[in-house]
Amino acid sequence: MTRRSPKFITNSVEVVNLNTHFGDRQILHDVSLEVRKGEIMVIMGGSGSGKTTLLNHLLGLLSPSSGTVRILDHDLGKLSPMERQLLRTRTGVAFQSGALFSSMSIGDNIALPLREHTGLDPTTIGIMTRLKLEVVSLAGFEDLKPAELSGGMIKRAALARAIVMDPELLFCDEPSAGLDPVVAASIDDLILRLRDAMGMSIVVVTHDLDSTFKIADRICVLDKGRVLALDTVEAIRASTDIRIQNLLNRRTEEAEPDPDAYLRRLLGDSSNQPDGIRRT
Amino acid sequence: MNGGGGKNLRDFLDRLGRWAAAGVAEFGFAAALVGECLFWLAMGRKRRQPVRLAPVMAQAMEIGIGALPIVTVLSGTIGIMLAIQGIYSLKLFGAESRVTLGVAMSTVREFAPLITGILVAGRSGSALAARLGTMRINQEIDALTVMGVSPVRFLVVPALVAMMVMLPCLTLWADLVGLFAAGLYIAPQLGSTMGAYADEVTSLVQMNDMLHGLAKSGIFAVLITIVGVINGASVTGGAEGVGRMTTRSVVHAISAIVITDMIFVFMVTR
Repeated sequence: MTRRSPKFITNSVEVVNLNTHFGDRQILHDVSLEVRKGEIMVIMGGSGSGKTTLLNHLLGLLSPSSGTVRILDHDLGKLSPMERQLLRTRTGVAFQSGALFSSMSIGDNIALPLREHTGLDPTTIGIMTRLKLEVVSLAGFEDLKPAELSGGMIKRAALARAIVMDPELLFCDEPSAGLDPVVAASIDDLILRLRDAMGMSIVVVTHDLDSTFKIADRICVLDKGRVLALDTVEAIRASTDIRIQNLLNRRTEEAEPDPDAYLRRLLGDSSNQPDGIRRT
Repeated sequence: MNGGGGKNLRDFLDRLGRWAAAGVAEFGFAAALVGECLFWLAMGRKRRQPVRLAPVMAQAMEIGIGALPIVTVLSGTIGIMLAIQGIYSLKLFGAESRVTLGVAMSTVREFAPLITGILVAGRSGSALAARLGTMRINQEIDALTVMGVSPVRFLVVPALVAMMVMLPCLTLWADLVGLFAAGLYIAPQLGSTMGAYADEVTSLVQMNDMLHGLAKSGIFAVLITIVGVINGASVTGGAEGVGRMTTRSVVHAISAIVITDMIFVFMVTR
């Protein structure tokens, strides 16, 4: 099955030379990537690689130091608040922790975007809400509060809320993190089904290798704020880059090359030693 | 030695500067927040994000009706306390028959709005800060933003409107309860009746005095909401951060209420 096809010309996401600083620290270095229409792009990287920061840029929650982010052919930096609000009704986001509103029932959570952005009557909104709950296999749970759901159910409910407006572009932050393998696999299947059934472009941010290889059309490997590789699953697997191979084979980073720096760090951090251990 | 002293001074000035800048930034944030609330109230419908009545009513129930029992108890207690102190101190020069004037004026102009404001700051200002803080660390605020729903319009404006309606209402109720409770003590002490006391109160308290108290409670309402929202929105550092900012919001709100009260009285009464 070839997932690429010539009709996907326009890109859903275009990031060009994105740089970000938190204070003096540079988090992202010249990150460029594009997500084609209808593809599943997995942004992969270890902890601290900058993938969450990149996602926050794509969501418009952070503004870059330099560079541009284009979402569905709109430059986020040049949008008026009204245009940005309209654009946001065309995208969906499933946060890592779900970010369901804890004071509302699952049904109200999922219905919220419809209530806020459409003039639909309550009956229609109810039907559409239950429809999305069916899609994520949570039918019958609409009256429960988020606190009464398991981790996997919360992730699925968050996905349902993210797709309730039938977005053209869906962002998923660590969709399978913290779930057991079976539930994680079911979420992966769900993401694949969403793309195939609704033709969404999907950006998934994860460090989970199994699910990356299962769902990705293309993979963007981030390391220390730089794009290490941006290619198809096969090309990434076949890559000879040592750092990519380390990541894929779960090898830890190479040993400290500079013994002096290591010693300096140890001496500088001596105050961090737990006192109790030394005294007893 | 010299270098050490210079370093200390520089550190101190550095801290002072940062602290001052943070304070100014917080004031700016507060002003921008009030402005944004007004914007959504006026323009929400045009921007297809109207401020809805249901959350305003829910907040009004929580802020106003929920506070009724405690406001009743405390304003009654304070009315009686004022009556006792008033009669005691006026007796010193044989003027206890004028106690009604003092009690009526101080309740309506000062104690009812102040006590109600402090109570609501402790009850609802802290709840607002804790709710927003928890929503922030749960990414619920981010979730609203990326849905294209303004968190200010959705979360802050209903609380502000409800607070601005309910706090003056509660203050009016505290006026009535405080004056009634004071009468329960004053009437028998002066050998008079509740009817005569009520007549005296209504002839003494002018519309102007009532408005003075109610206007202050309106200002307190804005202060409580904005302080609660600012502290809730700046939560970092998990559950501990929520606790810290909730405490901070109560302390700041009560301080702001008392100081603003003094400034208001200074500007209006002289």
